[in-house]
Amino acid sequence: MSRRRYRHSVLANRARITVVVLLGILAGVLFRAQVLRATDWLLQSERNRLRPLTVPAPRGIIRDRDGRVLADNIPGYSVSIVPDQPDSMFSTLGRLREHLDLPAGRLEALSQQVRAGGPRPLLVTGDAPFDAVAALVERRSGFPRLLIEPRPKRRYPAGQLGAHVIGYVGEINESELGRPEFEDAEPGWIVGRSGVESHYESLLRGTVGTRYVEVDAAGRIVGSFGGVQGVAADPGEDVDLNLDLELMEWIHQVFPEGMNGAVVALDVETGGVLALYSAPAFDPNVFAGVVDAEEWSRLVGNPESPLYHRAVMGTYAPGSPWKLVTAAIALDLGLVTPDEHMPVPCRGAYMYGNRVARCWDSDGHGSLDLPGAIQHSCNVYFYQLGLRIGLTRMLGVGNRMGFGNRCGIDLPQEAGGIFPESLDFWERRFGYRAQEGEVLSLAIGQGPNDQTPLKMAQFLLAIARDGSAPAPTLYREAVPADGWRLEIRPEHLEEIREGMRRVMEPGGTAHLSSLEHFDLLGKTGTVEHGGEGLEHAWFTGIAGPFGGPPEIVIVAMVEFGGSGSGVAAPLVAKAADFYLRGKHDMPRDTIQTLREYLGAGRNTAWADRREAR
Amino acid sequence: MTGTRPAWLRQLPFTATVLVLSLFGVAMIYSAGVLEVPSPAMQGLWLRQAVILAAAIVGLLMLSRVPLRWFEWFAMPVYIVGVAVLAVTLVAGTGVGTAEGVNSFLSIAGFRFQPAEAAKVTTALALALLLARREEPPGYLRDLLTPALLVAVPLGLVLLQPDLGTALAFVGMFFAIIYWARTPWPLILFAASPGLGLLLAFSARVWSVYIILLAVALYLYRFRLYLVESVTVILGNVAAGAVAQPLWNSLAQYQRNRLLVFLDPSLDPRNAGWQLIQSKVAVGSGGLVGKGFTAGTQKRLAFLPEQHTDFIFSVIGEELGFVGTSLLLLLFCHLFLRMIRMAETASAPFAGLFIFGIMGVWLTHVFVNVGMTVGVVPITGIPLPFISYGGSFLLMSWTAAAIVVALASEDP
Repeated sequence: MSRRRYRHSVLANRARITVVVLLGILAGVLFRAQVLRATDWLLQSERNRLRPLTVPAPRGIIRDRDGRVLADNIPGYSVSIVPDQPDSMFSTLGRLREHLDLPAGRLEALSQQVRAGGPRPLLVTGDAPFDAVAALVERRSGFPRLLIEPRPKRRYPAGQLGAHVIGYVGEINESELGRPEFEDAEPGWIVGRSGVESHYESLLRGTVGTRYVEVDAAGRIVGSFGGVQGVAADPGEDVDLNLDLELMEWIHQVFPEGMNGAVVALDVETGGVLALYSAPAFDPNVFAGVVDAEEWSRLVGNPESPLYHRAVMGTYAPGSPWKLVTAAIALDLGLVTPDEHMPVPCRGAYMYGNRVARCWDSDGHGSLDLPGAIQHSCNVYFYQLGLRIGLTRMLGVGNRMGFGNRCGIDLPQEAGGIFPESLDFWERRFGYRAQEGEVLSLAIGQGPNDQTPLKMAQFLLAIARDGSAPAPTLYREAVPADGWRLEIRPEHLEEIREGMRRVMEPGGTAHLSSLEHFDLLGKTGTVEHGGEGLEHAWFTGIAGPFGGPPEIVIVAMVEFGGSGSGVAAPLVAKAADFYLRGKHDMPRDTIQTLREYLGAGRNTAWADRREAR
Repeated sequence: MTGTRPAWLRQLPFTATVLVLSLFGVAMIYSAGVLEVPSPAMQGLWLRQAVILAAAIVGLLMLSRVPLRWFEWFAMPVYIVGVAVLAVTLVAGTGVGTAEGVNSFLSIAGFRFQPAEAAKVTTALALALLLARREEPPGYLRDLLTPALLVAVPLGLVLLQPDLGTALAFVGMFFAIIYWARTPWPLILFAASPGLGLLLAFSARVWSVYIILLAVALYLYRFRLYLVESVTVILGNVAAGAVAQPLWNSLAQYQRNRLLVFLDPSLDPRNAGWQLIQSKVAVGSGGLVGKGFTAGTQKRLAFLPEQHTDFIFSVIGEELGFVGTSLLLLLFCHLFLRMIRMAETASAPFAGLFIFGIMGVWLTHVFVNVGMTVGVVPITGIPLPFISYGGSFLLMSWTAAAIVVALASEDP
């Protein structure tokens, strides 16, 4: 061995090389990470500390035909807890109770969510009162993981009036999250729950934005971050409706107090929905924040069913107004002319086989033409007309007119009418073959036939127009669903209207509801339901200026309201008068129906004049 | 000679570097305490470190005046005391702070310190003394037996704590000193071979190839070794291969994970891999010039583990960027080259051996510590000399520096 190799100068040089190489390796690795790859790592550190939070988009505003606001947004605050250990979340919830009103039920629901876990902030309330928010912000240090965010809150200035039509909003639920239309939705989103809010959800919702907050390693939000530009929320589109809020308010005023029912008013020209009223109602504003479970069960459990939208979901036996349908079917098929009298005059009853079918007036109406039969609502005439149509054809045309279906109004929930689609219906439903005699019941609006007030109003459109019935629409720019059309000569339609006009004239059932300034045509209906003295009251009306084309169609249906002429007819008359006076720039503060004139002992020259005519 | 100039001034390039490193460390410990959500445990740590640094400076001024022969006299008694205290620590020690799981601290009269830090210095003294007394360089493996035993005792005690990082420092010291004792490099390799065998035992095939190569090497070197030594080396390697699996099994889960995530951090991204990933993110995101002093987001938002002790380098990397890290490495490089020079020019073999041994300890610390923050070396709890927070470590590093100054300044 050579000693030279192990001299200290040689060893020192080797040691120097080793030191430089080892530190050089480190420097090389650092150069690669900090200079060559810095952008990747920087991106990762940003991703580490910045959490995107969803910025809710303000929902579109819903307005009525004159721009009156039916639903808009006001500033509100949501309070959430950033996920943490369940114990500390429970403790935070407990301490929050000092500041927020958290009923036991809500607390229980929140506790369940805490136990279920999850990465998203736990929404305690979407509608924290301002003073509570102020108190919480003041005590921020005591609530390190509390997330207080501005969150637009839905407001319904029309209150109960819009409850059913406009609907309300709520936090998106599990089942909705699974649906395709909510593909990109996140828990905590506010979505339409019913009515227009739900049907036009995609228009109203807008596009959510994103903002970034800085979080620490434990996921605590330590501040908002301005450095990375988020995406601003894109507000939803406004939705202007055909609805007339003033008319709705008026209907609410004149609707018999304490009674349940519905009123539908349609614009004859467009089929636009002017009023869709359902009583009783509820205040949709209670759903604006987080729905209190107690409040919800109170609404659901209410025997009056305030949540139930009677105008479009309630199906009722149509009764006498259906006689107009029978007449329309017969004319459509060309089976009758309006001036034709039925072979058997009315003697209070009609013999069919060994069955006695009664007229409502046991004294009888004698021999009538079509307008007369409509005026007197003569069952015997319509029994015979029904037999002439025949059961099969009655069902055929009835179904063509969509009585077994929905109108296709732009609302999420609409009940279809109940109407036999074929003869098999009886076998399936009642277990026997349909007899030809079934047509007797159907002809006068009884039998297996239930219709919604909306459906009846749509039918009336066909009578008020040229036989065509477009689908009613709420949204002004809605593309209406398919309507239908009757093949009735204009002069024959006028004869049906003449029959309805006579209902309002002396001797007609609704004479007392006739109007001073407008031509009101109608048909009353009183349908027994559930026993003696329990009757649903119908009135279906068409109104417009004298001598002009009809402008509004109104259907009123009052559950257990008693007689159609006594309860439903004044309602329709006043509603039509209110609407038409507004439309034709007439004062609205004078007396409207004949009944009121008589009650006030006032001069009724106009009624006399019309009587003379 | 320049008897009038104090030792520290004569070694100014060395002492100044140590001081600059320590002051830089205090600054970075201050920065490590700047958190978005302040942690009470980390408040004022920089001040504590500064106070200890002041004490360490005073200690250096005094200790650097001590003559070389005093260290020779005291080397063995101090070594024995050091080992004894280490043994006591195993029984009475506690885990503290970031070293919670390791019973490496001893409390005496309210002061806590880590005997292992002192043992590094005492062992280096003893080892230097032992090898300095030899007339000839170690020529046979058996010549390395006593030095190996001398290191093995404290190293074994430290491993039992268990403190793998400090144990590595002992290994670095041992090889540095026997290297400076002019041990032929084949001998050093043979001495190191059981350790290599242990590492390679993860694959039977690799290990088999390695053993054959080793046997060939021993055959070529047969005239320099007794047969019994060759056989011992082979047996040692076989034994290392054999205990590898049981040893692996005896490791705590966190230790195993640390080694595993070194190979693939995504194996355990929430726990063991977390430290490595977050550290790499911190260092890498620092870029060329860093995010600014105290402004590192990874650190500020508590993504960095142990940011004032073992991972202080990640804070430096994040806040000062490549400029900061490369300057720091240059400082260390200067320190080590300076120490090599001091060892080279030392008047006595004992001085050179000690200085070189301490250089070996610090180099190990720097390489393993910086290496683990960037994923070059598996994560072991090992601090960065003069920079990391820790009273015992700073104090004992300065003690070692003082002895280095004292020994280097000894006139012949």
